[in-house]
Amino acid sequence: MEHISKKFRKGEMYNSLRDLIPALTGKLFRRQELNESDQREFWALRDISFEVKRGEAFGIIGANGAGKSTALKILSRIMKPTKGRMVVNGRLSALIEVTAGFHPDLTGRENIFLHGAILGMTRREIQSKLDKIIAFSGIEEFIDTPVKRYSTGMYARLGFSVAAHVDPEVLIVDEVLSVGDYLFQRKCVERMKEVIRGGATVLFVSHDLKNVSEFCDRCLLLDKGRMVTTGPAHKVVSAYLKQSRTSHSDEAASNPVIISKVRVRNKYGECARFQSGETAWIDVELTARARCTKLAVAPYMTSEVNEIIFETTTERLGEGNFSLEAGDVFRCTFELRLNVTTGLYHLCMLVYRHETQTTYDDWAPAATIYVSSEDDVGGFAHCFPRVIQKGISPASDATSSPIKEDTVGNRKCSPQ
Amino acid sequence: MPQLMKEELRELCKYRELLYMITYRDVTVRYKQSIMGLLWAVLMPILIIGAGIVVRYAYAVASGKPLQPGDVASVAVKSLPWAFLVSSIRFSCNSLINNQNLVTKVYFPKEVFPVAAVMASLFDFLVASGALVIFLLIIQVGSNSQLVWVPLLLLMMVVLAVGIAMVVSAASLFFRDVKYVVEVLLTFGIFFTPVFYDVRMLGDKGHWLLLNPVAPILEGLSASIVRHQPPDLPWLAYSCIFGLTALLGGYVFFKHLEPVFAESI
Repeated sequence: MEHISKKFRKGEMYNSLRDLIPALTGKLFRRQELNESDQREFWALRDISFEVKRGEAFGIIGANGAGKSTALKILSRIMKPTKGRMVVNGRLSALIEVTAGFHPDLTGRENIFLHGAILGMTRREIQSKLDKIIAFSGIEEFIDTPVKRYSTGMYARLGFSVAAHVDPEVLIVDEVLSVGDYLFQRKCVERMKEVIRGGATVLFVSHDLKNVSEFCDRCLLLDKGRMVTTGPAHKVVSAYLKQSRTSHSDEAASNPVIISKVRVRNKYGECARFQSGETAWIDVELTARARCTKLAVAPYMTSEVNEIIFETTTERLGEGNFSLEAGDVFRCTFELRLNVTTGLYHLCMLVYRHETQTTYDDWAPAATIYVSSEDDVGGFAHCFPRVIQKGISPASDATSSPIKEDTVGNRKCSPQ
Repeated sequence: MPQLMKEELRELCKYRELLYMITYRDVTVRYKQSIMGLLWAVLMPILIIGAGIVVRYAYAVASGKPLQPGDVASVAVKSLPWAFLVSSIRFSCNSLINNQNLVTKVYFPKEVFPVAAVMASLFDFLVASGALVIFLLIIQVGSNSQLVWVPLLLLMMVVLAVGIAMVVSAASLFFRDVKYVVEVLLTFGIFFTPVFYDVRMLGDKGHWLLLNPVAPILEGLSASIVRHQPPDLPWLAYSCIFGLTALLGGYVFFKHLEPVFAESI
């Protein structure tokens, strides 16, 4: 076990998922076919190199198909790069699919041992952590039941509980933090932070930008197998958000009025990253192709899962409506206070005819922004909470028993 | 190359806990939710031995010689290792495919799967052997000094099984056809292997059968346990070389293909 330094070097790495069979047939049937197979080749990753130092949390982000999973499989040594090399120093553990090692017929307890062994723990190690693992999963009651009788949630919770206790030196985390209910997710996030604080090197692969910006110091952005940028996490996240703005003009080409431009800025300029409570300005530009009357513009905001969490219209803001001649350009700026919690939000824009409610153009999402908050709050609306008074009435002071029970109950529920 | 193998052997050692757990899983799962449970490990070989006795009886009737207790013992002694080999190969053939999730999602030396398949079959074999020993004591096949050969012969059987297991598991991952070919070979293999009969019964032509590397091992077992004679050493050496070549070749073959398992399964 060489513990001298802990670094990743992944220089000039290429990987192709489907080139094996073309390559084999190419070998078998002369050159001609080789050329033919070249066209069927698919480079999942091209020339990616980065280095992660000991104790660092490094994120890899990108849209679907950007090559994140391939990068992950190469990092975790499941696949070999076609070109280039990779060096990992230290005990590596990959949380790619936390329930991969489970066998449905075995009980929860047996599966802990099995999965632990798969993740590289010794039996003695698992034995010593068994109580912690079971307690973490919160399914003590069913630990001796075959896992095939478990619900999906219980399955995933047990899986993560084992994986979270591996104590690796290098940890690769896929989208595993999205298992279980909200409470369990918080628990996982806490555990991850603990692992990072414990000095482990963490590689975090996700398109959950919220988690990435929460955990990672540095980040790599992939697009179609290529490196777009690498650097401090918030910068890379912003770059990703800018990149993922949908282009819009093509589909709306035949409309009488189109939204030709939407720009989001803070007081310094165009921006995709905001603090909770900060003010954002949205510049909108409409171009009319034909004469239109009684127009109104509606900005709205959706959450990551496309629920509308805010919407209004120029009409309802008391601005009335307006008419445009062919070729006219209409500009307006909205000011929004972003009283929202940490997360990704899509800003969308819609232009419609006020009288008939006909939609002329709907650009969703026109821009995606990331809002971060200092406070640990959930949900969408940030109400800027504060605790202004607190205290405990000792049980001995209580006069009647129902009140006493209530007090005990409250105390149990309250966070430490 | 030797350096690389040394390193990989060390890694395999590191993963012996995993090998144990996978074997444990394979054994446990096989008998979960079954009424007979572990009894199956004894019942299945009894069926094979029963078939063998019928064949032996038919032969005895045809040749006019009565069936000796030694003949029954010989069939029993050879049936179990054969059943072990068949079960190892059959089980290991699917071992990588059935663990697709682990092959594509988690890194560790993948040879634990075929090896665990052999180990699980070995466990069954040991359980059945326990029953066999009792049976042999009942029909009064006494102990003798030639029994020292038995551990070596069984080890050769395991070595051969592991070697074949590595080849078929890796090959069937790429081409599912392998599974069917193996199945057919295993079904008819018993006719080309002296399990129900002895090589001696074929006279001079019996030597051709010894080319089957399993044959000298089975004959050796029968000789040392039932007839209290040493095995045919030159043929045993042949089997030994064959087994070690299979193990080494299987390992190299497996390791050579392992990097592309995840993308080819």
